[in-house]
Amino acid sequence: MLERKYLAEKYPQEIQNILDKYPAEQRRSAVMPLLYLAQRDKMYINREDLQEIGDILGITLTEVASLVGFYTLYYDQPKGVYHIQVCTDLPCALRGADRFLAELCDRLGIQPGETTPDGLVTIEPVMCLAACDKAPMFQLQSGAGLTYYENQTVENALSLIEQLRKDASGRRVSARERGRDGNG
Amino acid sequence: MADNGYVLLRHREIPDLDSLEVYRKHGGFQALEKAVTRMKPAEVTEVVKASGLRGRGGAGFPTGLKWAFMDNQIWPHYVVANADESEPGTFKDREIMEGNPYQFLEGVAICAYAVQAHLAYVYLRGEFWQIAERLDSHLAAMEAAGLLGERLFGSDYSLRIRTHLGAGAYICGEETAMLESLEGKLGQPRLRPPFPATFGLYGKPTVVNNVETLTNVPRIIEFGADWYRSMGTEKSPGPKIFSLSGCVNKPGNYELPLGTTFRHLIFECGGGVPEGNSVKAIMSAGASSSLIVANDQALDTPMDYESVPNVGGQLGSASVIVIDSSVSIPWLINKTVHFFRHESCGKCTPCREGTFWMGHLTQRILDGTAKPEDVDLLYDVGGQMRGKCLCALGEFSIEAPRSSIERFRSEFDLAPSQPKTAVDQG
Ligand SMILES: Cc1cc2nc3c(=O)[nH]c(=O)nc-3n(C[C@H](O)[C@H](O)[C@H](O)COP(=O)(O)O)c2cc1C
Ligand code: SF4
Ligand code: FES
Repeated sequence: MLERKYLAEKYPQEIQNILDKYPAEQRRSAVMPLLYLAQRDKMYINREDLQEIGDILGITLTEVASLVGFYTLYYDQPKGVYHIQVCTDLPCALRGADRFLAELCDRLGIQPGETTPDGLVTIEPVMCLAACDKAPMFQLQSGAGLTYYENQTVENALSLIEQLRKDASGRRVSARERGRDGNG
Repeated sequence: MADNGYVLLRHREIPDLDSLEVYRKHGGFQALEKAVTRMKPAEVTEVVKASGLRGRGGAGFPTGLKWAFMDNQIWPHYVVANADESEPGTFKDREIMEGNPYQFLEGVAICAYAVQAHLAYVYLRGEFWQIAERLDSHLAAMEAAGLLGERLFGSDYSLRIRTHLGAGAYICGEETAMLESLEGKLGQPRLRPPFPATFGLYGKPTVVNNVETLTNVPRIIEFGADWYRSMGTEKSPGPKIFSLSGCVNKPGNYELPLGTTFRHLIFECGGGVPEGNSVKAIMSAGASSSLIVANDQALDTPMDYESVPNVGGQLGSASVIVIDSSVSIPWLINKTVHFFRHESCGKCTPCREGTFWMGHLTQRILDGTAKPEDVDLLYDVGGQMRGKCLCALGEFSIEAPRSSIERFRSEFDLAPSQPKTAVDQG
């Protein structure tokens, strides 16, 4: 079977920088950052990515896949382009986080855990994010990373989503203008 | 002596302390230089031992002793800073790394010198993505300034520090699970012994210390053990950052001497509970706590490692969650049990099955579908888990349910589905 080189060709420098962080004989340590890299442009990791990461590190696809299942910030299925993860753990819940999540979902017409019909955002309840004094709060995860939004109101969150929607449609237009596909 | 009241949260008094230039202007990296150029590694460890510094990650283990346990027959040595900070109610390491990052990194470097490690990692929870990016640029600034890399301060000691991001798993805060995760494996705890001081990262001797613990170190090296011991209590010296959350008017981080009372923290610092309510219970170690009944004796208890157990609690990471009279205890227990059920790594049966069944029972109690004997059953499931779990997560998970059934039993016998919290009633 021909080895796939998609990540190697797209991110040669990034991969090298990641590998350089660990002792040469401990390449396997690079698996978590490589998974984030694979997730960067499409917010999930497919079978080919798993295989390629396994090939880079000299471990099996099954070993790489087990990590995706274990850690909550990796996804093996496409969901929203963005994930809004609302902390509803005890300290935040004592400051109204459950109600915040319910109202936000209500206003978007979805249930917690679901994705908006346009595929833009998935809303999920999550465990403590170390921002308990600034509830209600959530993090926004995309392939490019994670950002915290603290002391939020439902209105704030909705206008953020509106902004993301505008940005996303802007990106689609400019991708079409350049005559190629959007992201991923 | 120290140039201000804060030992750890110094950025609250010194603007832009997250710039290398400003940090150095305020004495930054003098402690590292002193250690590397004028002290033997073992002397550094001796000073830390003499200071009485105890680990701030939860267990309160003496830090100098931990460094002294490193096996000098096996090399290389590693240092891993624990920046996983995932205990519900804990948000102090984050403030340190955002506001006073160089003092933390200097602490990592001094620790590495003391145990003669040439490579150190900072393991951050995956959600701290932005913090990791900033730490990377701070580390680059340190390398450019000759504070990391080869031959530090003209000595023959070299050191590199790297960040590593987790990906959403509370269990990776447990030190052996963290090491597994850093090795690219599932974040599941190892059987102990052997301990990390002999068999740690890549099977080599490793120090794992919490961010706050390490942030104390530069000040201790600079001002000495006696200065450090002038704060706090005899057995729990020094300052501590208390993360105050829940039903208080002014939640946040408060740096106070160990031994400060709950009353001072909750009322003087936190401004008390919302108007018209009273404090009902305190959880002082986040979700891993038992529920302390907030009577006068408890409120006047000093928050240190020795005293909190006297009122049936633990200091842990000092994440003080305040529960006021508007909160239903069964609702609260369902939250904490749900947390542990979600975060159990599944490696051992008592915890995997026990947290599952506790979750089932607390949900039934909350929904009002429980049978009268379910409360006792919940208590028993916890009792059967006790002492049988592979790591402390399983043991932590039973603290809140069992203590609350012992201390707030009447709330479980009331009609279910009563008000949740003041805020959630709308
Ligand atoms: C389930 C579990 C979660 C933990 N989470 C953390 C954590 O987020 N941060 C931390 O510093 N220590 C955590 N610890 C404690 C570590 O295992 C370890 O004792 C600590 O990092 C040692 O550092 P210290 O001696 O400086 O406190 C956790 C322990 C357990 C059992
Ligand atoms: S006690 Fe729980 S978290 Fe710890 S090893 Fe067992 S299953 Fe994993
Ligand atoms: S409980 Fe929500 S951030 Fe800690």
